[in-house]
Amino acid sequence: MHSDAFDRYHFAESRLHRLDPRVKVSLTVAFILGNALLPDASWLALGLAWFLLLVANDQSRLGLWFTFRRSFLALPFALAALSAIFSPLGDPVFSFSVANITLTVTDFGLVRFAGILIRAWLSVQAAILLVAVTPFPDILHALEHLRMPRLLITIISFLYRYLFVLTDEVLRLLRARAARSAGMTGQKSGGGLFWRAQVAGNMAGQLFIRSYERSDRIYNAMLSRGYTGNLRTLHPHTMKPSDWRFLGLALFALLLTQLTGWIR
Amino acid sequence: MPIVHPSPTVLPLPATPGALLLAKDLHFSYPDGHPALRGINLQLNEGEKVALVGPNGAGKSTLMLHLNGILTGSGNLSVAGLPLTEKNLPLIRAAVGLVFQNPDDQLFSPTVFEDVAFGPLHMGLPEPEVYRRVEDALAAVRMSEYRNRLSHHLSVGEKKRIAIATVLSMSPRLLVLDEPSAGLDPRARRALIHLLHELPVTMLVSTHDLAMVRELFPRTVMMDGGQVVADGATADLLQNQALLEAHGLEMP
Amino acid sequence: MHFSPAPLHIPDGFLTLVISLVFWALTALAVGTAISKTNQSLGEKQIPLMGVMAAFVFAAQMLNFPVVGGTSGHFLGGALAAIVLGPWAGILVMTAVISIQALLFQDGGLLVMGANIFNMGILTALIGFGLYRLSSRVGKPVRLGVAGFAAWLSTVASALLTALQLWLSGTSRLEIVVPAMLGVHLLIGLGEAIITVAALGFIEQARPDLLSAEKTASQGGQGWVLGGVFVSLGAVLLSPLASADPDGLEKVAEDLGFLGAGQSAPYNILPDYTIPLLGETALSTIAAGAVGALLALGLVILIGRSLRRAQG
Repeated sequence: MHSDAFDRYHFAESRLHRLDPRVKVSLTVAFILGNALLPDASWLALGLAWFLLLVANDQSRLGLWFTFRRSFLALPFALAALSAIFSPLGDPVFSFSVANITLTVTDFGLVRFAGILIRAWLSVQAAILLVAVTPFPDILHALEHLRMPRLLITIISFLYRYLFVLTDEVLRLLRARAARSAGMTGQKSGGGLFWRAQVAGNMAGQLFIRSYERSDRIYNAMLSRGYTGNLRTLHPHTMKPSDWRFLGLALFALLLTQLTGWIR
Repeated sequence: MPIVHPSPTVLPLPATPGALLLAKDLHFSYPDGHPALRGINLQLNEGEKVALVGPNGAGKSTLMLHLNGILTGSGNLSVAGLPLTEKNLPLIRAAVGLVFQNPDDQLFSPTVFEDVAFGPLHMGLPEPEVYRRVEDALAAVRMSEYRNRLSHHLSVGEKKRIAIATVLSMSPRLLVLDEPSAGLDPRARRALIHLLHELPVTMLVSTHDLAMVRELFPRTVMMDGGQVVADGATADLLQNQALLEAHGLEMP
Repeated sequence: MHFSPAPLHIPDGFLTLVISLVFWALTALAVGTAISKTNQSLGEKQIPLMGVMAAFVFAAQMLNFPVVGGTSGHFLGGALAAIVLGPWAGILVMTAVISIQALLFQDGGLLVMGANIFNMGILTALIGFGLYRLSSRVGKPVRLGVAGFAAWLSTVASALLTALQLWLSGTSRLEIVVPAMLGVHLLIGLGEAIITVAALGFIEQARPDLLSAEKTASQGGQGWVLGGVFVSLGAVLLSPLASADPDGLEKVAEDLGFLGAGQSAPYNILPDYTIPLLGETALSTIAAGAVGALLALGLVILIGRSLRRAQG
């Protein structure tokens, strides 16, 4: 495996791809914020939010179900919300006993559980769409324009660059470990839990030293190219009228979703 | 042939008919006490392309890190007549373009464009000039269409070319390359040799690739044990079997 | 794919807006301070170092290993990063890691990122570095032992705080989520401890200069020890309480007003829940909600701004 598997950008010729990254980042955050603001049981509004998401999917030319197909990431975490169905608020729907404990599912609890899952599921799709239509370096530029601290952005862009280099290194280490324990296939791979964790720890230490030394060499390469401690960046992004129009239209649609959720 | 330095005004170093680089009696020891350079004397003239050969641990990389003041030991070093001092450091770093052996250390930005722009941007050049230089540098290494690519998507050979572009964009007077052909497949190596041949810049290239040395560089400097052990015409040096063997090298 | 999410990354939707924004504010404060501290105290060399170290933590999180029956031990790295790089740099490194996991891989949400950074980056730095610094001048075996304990506790405390946030948000029942989260992470924390100790041992052998007592002392003052010990005690005392007597904890939170504030939407904390001019209409409630959200957001931006100024 090559760590290209980490790339999330999908190229297409579309309006969404061309949109200024600031607009895309702001709208994603606004969409997720809007979901959080909606009251529980505002099914129509949540449906409208999903509709907007489908429109966005369509606009991206990546396919109507692009984000849907990738949206089950948050599912394992849903387990944490499962206990919400036993909320003591609201009227009981049915109850059952497990090992002498009676658990009662309430209507409020079910609504809460569904609300959490749908919000999570919509929010994660918005985030998936954002990185699919925006190259990651552009997202970082957008965040810098949106006043995220420069130092943090710089650290993240180094992280992004070296994530690929270092994960390749980890994969090499893991492959070497696998190669050395090849004789033991069929058996439980050597040693106890303690031993296995210690091997992982030694790898982490080795990786740490290599990374540390690499950062020295990178620093030298930066110095060689005129770096004196102040990072400068270019500002290639400018908002076009079409960007503003799209932003206004999308914000209006989000506002409409809120109204749908609150007026009943 | 692409023009690499169309704007000499940003680099106020005077044209030097004689020595572009002059190193006198350089000594350097690492913090652990291990001496890496023991009295290096070296002169490079404008327009020369010089190979730097020698076994691992000879001090080649250490010497290269001295040429733009990343390491400083004792002795004198001057570039285009300017002595290496704290004050001259920015000028000298722009004049001596250092390309490291591992392109993953050299290319530290997410995109090719940002990496090639890093040097000119940190020289304090205005934005339009930065853009122009990025285009020129990418054209010089024949990688113009890679402008918006992500660095981690490049092959080793492509990374090496972009790494060279990252210093060409600073319009260096002297290009210093560490092991440029290491790790390349034959085709990428051939393409690199073509590139080095056509670049109109003074060059000092550290390498183990003696076949490339014979093909590209009229002059060779041989180092071992932190000292220059031979300096002369490549044709003569590579004929000298005894010399090569004494310093762990093999005739190509 | 080797990359599998650690179970502590909360997705969007699982925490209420109030809890999310409160933790964003706390995180912004800590990260902002970390930025101004690192800018003051460390050379410019620190920037590539922190960047590559963030990539290191990201990559090291892939080093999972089987623990028992299907669960795999995961490496979080917050304690190790804080111990080796110092607490402020450790916080920035973990912030970068958690940001990229949320932004690029949707591992953890955006609105809840403040909480995720707080749980996995700030709490772990506090416990990891605080306890380690306490023992920085004693012999190596004791010191590594303390580091291991701190790494274990940092994982457990993260899990506990995550569980409490889920409970305060009305997402999980206290009597279920606390024992479940603690149970799993008491085990996962062991992996964290062993990896941290082994990594520190390896680093100490290869580069003893990186872990000298002087270096550790210069990276963070006694305040970290105090904070670390305090938070550790809190985690140690609260964990059994929350698992054994959830009703008691629920009662305390209710009495203090935490429960209501956590579970309600922001419009409920504004006085009268409505905007006077608009009367008691749905529109008014929405407007109040928007004002509440804007106020919280403004607070976060303001804190960020003032810290930016402090750093520049």
